[in-house]
Amino acid sequence: MAEMPMLAVDALHAWYGESHILHGVDFTVNEGEVVTLLGRNGAGKTTTMKAIMGLVGRREGSIRYRGTETIALRPDLIARAGIALCPEERGIFASLNVTENLLLPPVVASGGLDLPTIYALFPNLKERSASQGTKLSGGEQQMLAIARILRTGARLLLLDEPTEGLAPVIVQQIGRTIREIKARGFTVLLVEQNFRFAATVADRHYVMEHGKIVDMIPNAALSSNMGKLHEYLGV
Amino acid sequence: MFTIFGIPGPLLFGQLLLGLINGAFYAMLSLGLAVIFGLLNIINFAHGALFMMGAFVAWMLLNYAGIGYWWALLLAPLIVGAFGLVLERTLISRLYKLDHLYGLLLTFGLALVIEGLFRNEYGSSGMPYQIPSALQGATNLGFMFLPNYRGWVVVAALVVCLATWLLIEKTKLGAMLRAATENAPLVQAFGVNVPRMVTLTYAGGVALAALAGVLAAPIYSVNPNMGSSFINTVFAVVVIGGMGSIIGSVLTGFGLGIIEGLTKVFYPEASATVVFVVMAIVLLTRPAGLFGKAA
Ligand SMILES: Nc1ncnc2c1ncn2[C@@H]1O[C@H](COP(=O)(O)OP(=O)(O)OP(=O)(O)O)[C@@H](O)[C@H]1O
Ligand SMILES: [Mg+2]
Repeated sequence: MAEMPMLAVDALHAWYGESHILHGVDFTVNEGEVVTLLGRNGAGKTTTMKAIMGLVGRREGSIRYRGTETIALRPDLIARAGIALCPEERGIFASLNVTENLLLPPVVASGGLDLPTIYALFPNLKERSASQGTKLSGGEQQMLAIARILRTGARLLLLDEPTEGLAPVIVQQIGRTIREIKARGFTVLLVEQNFRFAATVADRHYVMEHGKIVDMIPNAALSSNMGKLHEYLGV
Repeated sequence: MFTIFGIPGPLLFGQLLLGLINGAFYAMLSLGLAVIFGLLNIINFAHGALFMMGAFVAWMLLNYAGIGYWWALLLAPLIVGAFGLVLERTLISRLYKLDHLYGLLLTFGLALVIEGLFRNEYGSSGMPYQIPSALQGATNLGFMFLPNYRGWVVVAALVVCLATWLLIEKTKLGAMLRAATENAPLVQAFGVNVPRMVTLTYAGGVALAALAGVLAAPIYSVNPNMGSSFINTVFAVVVIGGMGSIIGSVLTGFGLGIIEGLTKVFYPEASATVVFVVMAIVLLTRPAGLFGKAA
């Protein structure tokens, strides 16, 4: 029997009000992998992340985490099962300082990183611990948004475009961070527009179009599939 | 007898004290309203009725069960808070997905029903509630006599406001509340049971109103209209202070009480309207309120 995937998404449909956005999304993520969702603007990548977290109006299909069905669970119970989201808009709270933002998500299981480790990974956060969360630079806010979910003991991290709009040195730092957390045994589902960046961190890539997965490319086969990818992503 | 600006000192200080007392109640009530509005996005029009219930529960505890003032300070907020918890679970929670106006209509209707029920049972003439023996009498401050109970109310209100502020601004629980006020779905996606937090926040705001009601019982007679006579001004306080601002509601509550008191001395004809004049001026110059964040 094949090993059970950590996350198995099957025939996932999702709606915002009346608009039907996901039309049967299928993919799996194995424990310890970094897997990306690539796709053009509006393909449904963020919606897939939100649907996994229970944050869309309505969803149907199946989302199993370590074999347990979560499609009908409330977001807080999905989080308590061990999944954590770093949202596209980062979601740093303006009325909380950096430390409060960092300590906000409750610990859901053992095995999260402790504060000294987090400060070693993200030294800026320690220096700026008393600043208002939204007074940080874009890069620092992104670090904070990632650091915040490393503490909680969640083992599957959903990172939605963590490099969006950031300077190349910051993008590199985020790349190092992702490799570091992979080395520590975390599993990552990563949304990216920039597949050159994705190639430096991921094991496999899923391509989304119009609310469906249309292809899966192992990272090793990326270069031989460049033509196809350019077409998918329109770059 | 000494005078200030031609006004006899005792008259001036007497009205200032009255203003400070009213301000204490404005502050405690608008504080609860602000916390509830922040998280639930509902303007709790039932707040005055729940304040009144606090006073009535204290009166009932005394007259039906022989339980005195000090226990009532603890029990009435718990009892009325539990009532608020039931209201939120059974009625208010059904409205979160709808327009604000529905919450306003529901809580306004609840206020009318609650007040009507008490009026039916107890009439509207009001019933006295004795000042507890430890707080009877007055203290000579040199420039005026301060009734001990009134001094206690001002101090108690300040302590309650400060404690609420500390809870919200300086604790882990408060950080969670502030975060959920900003972005409740994300906080829930981090594993926090936000619906339960919303229920407890409503109950907490209601308990605060009931506590104010108990404090008010010996000063104003216990009657079904005691909430509605306050609540208009309290809504003005919330608007002036800035919707949802904790500090804003406390400072504005005390400030407006004092302004009202002074107006009674210097220009009594305007004392009933001065609050609304202030509100109009503030809204014209700072639409988000004195302490509110511009939208
Ligand atoms: N709250 C919403 N209400 C209605 N429609 C929405 C909402 N959010 C997104 N959509 C629509 O859903 C579709 C998919 O959006 P989604 O945000 O999932 O795309 P994405 O792949 O993450 O795109 P991007 O790369 O731009 O972030 C888009 O057509 C978008 O307009
Ligand atoms: Mg997106």
